[in-house]
Amino acid sequence: MKKTAYINGIGAVTAQGVWSERLLADATELQQSIAPVQHPSYKEMISPAMVRRMSNGIKMGIYASQQALDEAEIAMPDAIVAGTGLGCLEDSEKFLRNVLDNDEQFLTPTAFIQSTHNTVASQIALRLQCKAYNFTYVHRSVSFESALLDALLQLQSGKATHILAGASDEISDHTYSLLQQIGYIKQDGIQESVKNSTSVGVNYSEGAVFFGLSTNKMAHTYAEIVDVRIQNDVNQVQLKDFVALFLQENNVAIEEVDALILGINGDIESDQYYTHLLADFDAVPTVYYKHLIGQFDSSSAFGLAVASQLLKHQELPKQLFWQEQERKNFRYVLLYNQFKGKDHSLVLLRAC
Amino acid sequence: MPSGVAITGMGIISSIGQSVEENWHSLVREKHGISRVENFTTTHVDDIMVGEIKLTNEELIYRLGLPETNTFTRTALLGLCAAKEAVDQAGILDMQTYRTGLISSTSVGGMDFTERYFYDYLTEPALQRYITSHDAGDSTHKIADYLGLQGFVTTISTACSSAANAIMMGARLIQSGRLDRVIVGGADALSKFTINGFKTLMILSDGLCQPFDQHRKGLNLGEAAAYLVLESAEVVQKENKKVLAYLAGYGNANDAFHQTASSEDGEGAFLAMQKALKVAGLQATDIDYVNVHGTATPNNDLSEGRALIRIFGNQMPPFSSTKAFTGHTLAAAAAIEAVYSILALQRETAFANLNFETPMEEFVLIPETETKLTPIRKVLSNSFGFGGNCSTLIFSES
Repeated sequence: MKKTAYINGIGAVTAQGVWSERLLADATELQQSIAPVQHPSYKEMISPAMVRRMSNGIKMGIYASQQALDEAEIAMPDAIVAGTGLGCLEDSEKFLRNVLDNDEQFLTPTAFIQSTHNTVASQIALRLQCKAYNFTYVHRSVSFESALLDALLQLQSGKATHILAGASDEISDHTYSLLQQIGYIKQDGIQESVKNSTSVGVNYSEGAVFFGLSTNKMAHTYAEIVDVRIQNDVNQVQLKDFVALFLQENNVAIEEVDALILGINGDIESDQYYTHLLADFDAVPTVYYKHLIGQFDSSSAFGLAVASQLLKHQELPKQLFWQEQERKNFRYVLLYNQFKGKDHSLVLLRAC
Repeated sequence: MPSGVAITGMGIISSIGQSVEENWHSLVREKHGISRVENFTTTHVDDIMVGEIKLTNEELIYRLGLPETNTFTRTALLGLCAAKEAVDQAGILDMQTYRTGLISSTSVGGMDFTERYFYDYLTEPALQRYITSHDAGDSTHKIADYLGLQGFVTTISTACSSAANAIMMGARLIQSGRLDRVIVGGADALSKFTINGFKTLMILSDGLCQPFDQHRKGLNLGEAAAYLVLESAEVVQKENKKVLAYLAGYGNANDAFHQTASSEDGEGAFLAMQKALKVAGLQATDIDYVNVHGTATPNNDLSEGRALIRIFGNQMPPFSSTKAFTGHTLAAAAAIEAVYSILALQRETAFANLNFETPMEEFVLIPETETKLTPIRKVLSNSFGFGGNCSTLIFSES
């Protein structure tokens, strides 16, 4: 029989600081094109000598994962599944600059060692001495959802009881300036929020979000993960059927969806996808979150944290709502994200 | 006994051949593909030997019939060559007939172009079209879009074990009923970035690599791509598909020892093999041939050897590392060796471990030194990577 996958713990390091029950209420809207995270103090978790060597992505990943494990009361997960769109950019750039600037001479290995995409997941494993299943997905805006689907398969099939799943992406100067040059990131000096955006590009950021997932329900469980769907290509006309089929396969009627959590990011063109979807859900409360934590490949992981909070507390601070509607009871929540019309993901959650 | 997931197609491009048949011919004739770097300049050209595919990007573009102005990196070009062959062999004409997925893997992604244009991007608008080709997902997207695959598409990067994990995840998606068929594998192009990275770790050999030899001096890097097509039992039956082999088992574990080095007793490798045997419902004695990871670094071969002894005891089946043919092709390696494992099953052949001369003093493990005809029903293939990622696949005959 299929087992149930519960979200029992959340951890995050974001542009608004680290995950807490107050994070969403205290958050302020981002208005700058590139916003770094607000780092916590890492020294309680990682030795100072190691902190100095570690890139932001690794530190954030370790912090967020420990927070998630603590809340879910998981000492040793049966699997660590991570996602990252651009991987360990800081160390990749650092090593590449050294190669190019010094004509392939006088190089040291540290940056190279930490440049591989699986560094965050493996550093978490190393720290926990966790010899279990360890995967890293690296597929742009479905990097996190790929990890979540992997975890769901293992939990539902009973192959694992406790899983640490999450994602992390970090800013690095050169890559972000290139993304700015080609219009992915808004130009310096432009101060627009997601809602009042009139220019091309998006406010970018970085962050790490992890979840402690288990097949056992706890007193403080956030929500149940019903299903995850990933699709490479969907056009705006097909979108309606894509969502309808997903809900139908999970025996959930469109009317049963109590809230939509969307990856709206202020890119006028690709936000059209969300506008299209909203036409079918015009009476449903709609939530967005990238105005608070920015866009990065795995930022949709934060959407899952927001959805979890909504289902647990049955409410969210006002500033999270894109479209507010009367609703007494939130049972099913549907998350939808895409980036520039590619890598679409749907995640369906149910209240416990 | 579970028969596993059916494999109905495979494709490959490596330094020993641009198709499955060409690779087979090189393998049985013991003809390696290790040479000096020719496709790009590196100051290390005379210090290292590599498994380079002797086709320029322009030749690959021509071969694939792509427009001259495109944004394919070398990783994407190699990946597409191999994926096309796999899809053709599986006889797939329409990607939308069944729920079809693609799970690719890479470690360098578009680094070959990033390292070429890193600074020029800022000043030369004509080059900027390549900027978004840097990430690991790019080559997967290119392959999916070329094949017209709209469904489930993702990418895995767990260093040198990546493609094994792509194959494993594909099998699990079929077994869970989420997909009917899936193209799985990996692609990695040679780059200055990886050459220099491995150089700083001092694990590159200045000559031909010698897996499992007492005097091994390190690895040869290589570039390659390979993909398998996995299909559900229902599709195989409905379409009356020819099954090349089955993926009978898989295992994934983490060594949790060091970011780049393997533990002395090969704990991660041992756990991966143990899990794969369990999933396949097999005993170690059922394995007829082992395609070892065998990178020819002092650390890997010692650690893997100890893990092999922990699994097989004193009944080690015939084994070899084929990395002396192709070089270590990083994220693609497990897919390359999956194709070789399937060839070993189909044609009852254990491949030679080239350049082997002196047994290692730590244990008695003697690889096959020549092509050997022998009955093979089950093959175990290992792939391990930085970050402690250890993966094992078990293939069985159809």
